[in-house]
Amino acid sequence: MNDHHAVFQATPLTRRKQCSEVIAMVVFLLMTSLIVLPLLLIVGYLVYQAWPILSLDFLLTSPKHGMRAGGIWSPLLGTVYLVVLSLVIATPIGVLAAVFLNEYARDNWFTRIVNLAVINLAGVPSIVHALFGLGAFVLFAGLGKSILAASLTLAIMTLPVIIASTNEALAAVPMAFREACWNVGATRWQTIRHIVLPNSMSGILTGVILQVSRAAGETAPIMFTGAVFFKAIREGHLFAYGLFDQCMALSMHLFTISTQVPDVPKALPYGIAVVLLSTVLAVNALAIIVRVYLRSRKKW
Amino acid sequence: MSTVAPSIFSIETKDLNLWYGSFQALKNVSVNIRHGQISALIGPSGCGKTTLLRCFNRINESYGYVTTKGEIKILGQNIYTPDTSLIELRKAVGMVFQRPNPLPISIYENVVFGLRIHSSYGTLKKSKLDDAVEKALREVSLWDGLKDRLHTRATTLQLEQQQKLCIARLLPLKPEIILMDEPCSALDTEATLGIEELMLSLAGRYTMLIVTHNMAQARRVSQECAFMLLGEVVEHARTEDLFLTPREPRTADYIEGRYG
Repeated sequence: MNDHHAVFQATPLTRRKQCSEVIAMVVFLLMTSLIVLPLLLIVGYLVYQAWPILSLDFLLTSPKHGMRAGGIWSPLLGTVYLVVLSLVIATPIGVLAAVFLNEYARDNWFTRIVNLAVINLAGVPSIVHALFGLGAFVLFAGLGKSILAASLTLAIMTLPVIIASTNEALAAVPMAFREACWNVGATRWQTIRHIVLPNSMSGILTGVILQVSRAAGETAPIMFTGAVFFKAIREGHLFAYGLFDQCMALSMHLFTISTQVPDVPKALPYGIAVVLLSTVLAVNALAIIVRVYLRSRKKW
Repeated sequence: MSTVAPSIFSIETKDLNLWYGSFQALKNVSVNIRHGQISALIGPSGCGKTTLLRCFNRINESYGYVTTKGEIKILGQNIYTPDTSLIELRKAVGMVFQRPNPLPISIYENVVFGLRIHSSYGTLKKSKLDDAVEKALREVSLWDGLKDRLHTRATTLQLEQQQKLCIARLLPLKPEIILMDEPCSALDTEATLGIEELMLSLAGRYTMLIVTHNMAQARRVSQECAFMLLGEVVEHARTEDLFLTPREPRTADYIEGRYG
């Protein structure tokens, strides 16, 4: 006890612990950076390969010469149609269902079945969605292979995730706000409309926007239900497709020209991939901006 | 609601039993709360005082698995009859919570929230709303401090002001009864004093029932006090009598701090 300096000096055991602490931290950091690496590599590689073909013309002209030349206007427009229509169908259903589950439903066998269904629906492989869409919408409902049938199929695929993300956004609104409303005699609907929805909008919107990239990227669900190998449409015309037309789509187009068409210029599939990927990244960025903006306006 | 039998009690319960699932939280509670006074419910945690309070505007039922048996009369009317409108009941019986819960909208909108949701769209004149805001905020002595920033967010106020605002929010609906569930437990001593002064100034105009952990607070503000233990009302008396000459040994033990 006479040597006060020695009291807080590391023993060999402490030094070993400090050493493993550093090693653990470095390993975790390394794994975390590994997440970023593939994205950078993929984007870099794609852009490098696609560089010669990228231009505004590439976006605005349709495929030509057996899809060995020209741009991607018709598949791009088709993807926009499919994504927008599927979200227009899935968003109201998903959001309203989530509002019911979160704000009205009590915990009973019915809600448990619905929640179980949502979870399982989210786990169904997309090719199974495709077969269901083929059976239910194309054949049974008689929609034929069409944008409408494909969008309905995509809507069913995105629905569970929209329900789940909306549920989460609603649950993040403090219970105290609801109680405050109920205690001045507000009905549940008034509480939802005046307080719950305005305060969960950022979360709901983010969830919906993130489904854009999912719907845009899937190939299987649209393959049997509405997307085609090739379809000529008028260039530069925004309403070139009708609801009951078949359409081309980016994901499907990438698949066909990479596997089914011989002698495609090398840059072409990479160009499609870059467009698809940048759409997804742009949409995700938009989701982040919306969330940050709406969150900055709410404080509690 | 208009022709109420002139009773000296605002709240009367008879053999009230309540279960959360299979857990019995209230056992044969028969208690009468005097009109226009401040009454306090005291007791250790988990004794059912908050549960009892929450029965009086039937907010308990918003959570599943609550079974209630027995009778509660508010202003002489049984509130468990099928024709009782929860909306009308909650207009008459307001509630203030442990943590101040102003809505994430402006101070002004917080005060008129009740009026807005109880009138059809477009029937409210702005002057009427302005008057209601001024009157309610004056009643809780917030008007002078806040009149110049009525349109700032209520959630930016200090806790004491938030809690007063939560009381003010009830007033435009002209409630008969104000229930308070440990309204000061999130506040410091000075803010607690402010809320207690406010309660005393509101007494007489409203029947107030306050749940509190703080026995000194119960002594300071209430005229009557009920002691609860394990879901039962053990003793209900004038506050002075309950604290000075408790009839029940269990009450005496609690007051002297032997448990709880």
